[in-house]
Amino acid sequence: MDPVVKVSDLSVSYNGKNVFEDISLSVYPRQLVGIIGPNGAGKSTLIKAIMGLTYVNEGQIEVMKKPVEKVRKHISYVPQRNTIDLDFPVLVEDVVSMGRYPHLSWWGFLTAKDRQIVKKSLKQVGMYEYRRRQIGQLSGGQQQRVFLARALVQEAELFFLDEPFAGIDIASENMIMDILRNLRDQGKTLFVVHHDLSKAGSYFDSLILLNNKLIAYGKKEDVFQVNCLKEAYDGQVTNISEKNIFVVVNG
Amino acid sequence: MGSIGYFIDSLYAYQYLQNAMIAAVLVGIVCGVIGCFIILRGMALMGDAISHAVLPGVAVAYMLGFSFFIGAVFTGVLTALGIGYISQNSRIKDDSAIGIMFTAAFALGVILITLRRGTGVDLWHILFGNVLAVSQADLWMTFWIGILVLISVFLFYKQLLLSTFDPVMAVAVGLPTRLIHYSLMLLLSLVTVASLKTVGIVLVVAMLVTPGSTAYLLTNRLPVMLFLAAVFGVFSSITGVYFSYIYDFATGASIVVVASILFALSFIYSHKQSFLTRFFRTGKVQEKAKLIN
Repeated sequence: MDPVVKVSDLSVSYNGKNVFEDISLSVYPRQLVGIIGPNGAGKSTLIKAIMGLTYVNEGQIEVMKKPVEKVRKHISYVPQRNTIDLDFPVLVEDVVSMGRYPHLSWWGFLTAKDRQIVKKSLKQVGMYEYRRRQIGQLSGGQQQRVFLARALVQEAELFFLDEPFAGIDIASENMIMDILRNLRDQGKTLFVVHHDLSKAGSYFDSLILLNNKLIAYGKKEDVFQVNCLKEAYDGQVTNISEKNIFVVVNG
Repeated sequence: MGSIGYFIDSLYAYQYLQNAMIAAVLVGIVCGVIGCFIILRGMALMGDAISHAVLPGVAVAYMLGFSFFIGAVFTGVLTALGIGYISQNSRIKDDSAIGIMFTAAFALGVILITLRRGTGVDLWHILFGNVLAVSQADLWMTFWIGILVLISVFLFYKQLLLSTFDPVMAVAVGLPTRLIHYSLMLLLSLVTVASLKTVGIVLVVAMLVTPGSTAYLLTNRLPVMLFLAAVFGVFSSITGVYFSYIYDFATGASIVVVASILFALSFIYSHKQSFLTRFFRTGKVQEKAKLIN
């Protein structure tokens, strides 16, 4: 099988400061890949670099064996919620419809089929009744489900989610996780930036552990070891039970 | 209300007043629509900058005798490019880059115009408009600019919406966001030219920002916001021209004052409204809580 994402010798710096250096990894399809590490480790920057959204100092990135510019249509992105203007005058269904734009021509309008797909995905995330609400009027978890619905209607092969579980309720988190697992079972590949160590072990198939460099990458059993985590979190990690549940100790 | 009758009679009698009225209405629509995108992109200051930056272009065009339309677009877009270049290639923040570039362009324009004092180019009229001097040719130009802006917004609505709402996703799916930004700056320069006679360079930004903001407070949907902004723009224009004719106010200022009053009303209304919805919602939540317990 060919890797769906292949990163070689990737270095990114921002304002002259290195975000990370020399990252090389190959990700194979049909996986839920967690990207974990402390704040400022370069997690968001890594997915932005793979998606071709940020300036790359060195290195090559291949997505589905092509440069990312050629396969943008097949990439879905779920932004960090706090980067979005939630007062913007759009309704839930307008936001989800945006996911269909890559399938339309420059001049094209949404067709009945597009609307059908939007409706289906709104139902899938349990937000169909809220379709006429302005997005700012929803709870954090509901907003996150709307952005997931937008990613779903894009019918992409690759998904990038930036902190999808930050500040949302547990019911939304479980629902989103079910949908992500379902996508994985359909053969999609999903990258999820995540900072909560306690769940990383049960949520993902592979883990990318970052702290301004690649500390470990591989199957979660291999990465989720106390020595790797200690290296990433500068020693502030404690194993709170026998079953590989870790938490970060601050201060 | 005799003065309304008098105004309508004058409107029938005088070609110049008709021209003024039509121009003001067109400007109200076009500024309202394009202004919505300026507001939502957080570019009110940029709108102010581009409108001021057309001045040197207009001045040179007057001097060399070519259409000031071309001059204005040239210096407007050049300034936008300059602002982008400075903020991307130095530690200077966006707003400072805007402040530096547009005042530079504006000052240059003022010098150019004062050099030609006494040649019939009146700085005052360019800065504050002279709606009673709208010629047939000006009217046509305003009309075609208006058509161009409305068609562009209609055709590229999707692209404008996505790149405004979620610029990161817009890039991720391959939209040329930079091209969209500079096209919008180009339209902004055109709109400023179209508004030159009616409100003048200095007050254009009010026509861009105020009716759109008034609409923004009243709706949750962009298409409705665009429509309302145009309606508020037109209403301000008509009422402004009326007061200006009856009481001999400066026309541009008169239009802007009406637009500002509309904004104040919508601000008060939306505040009351949000107070009421909050009240209503908390009421609902309490009801629900009662049902559960």
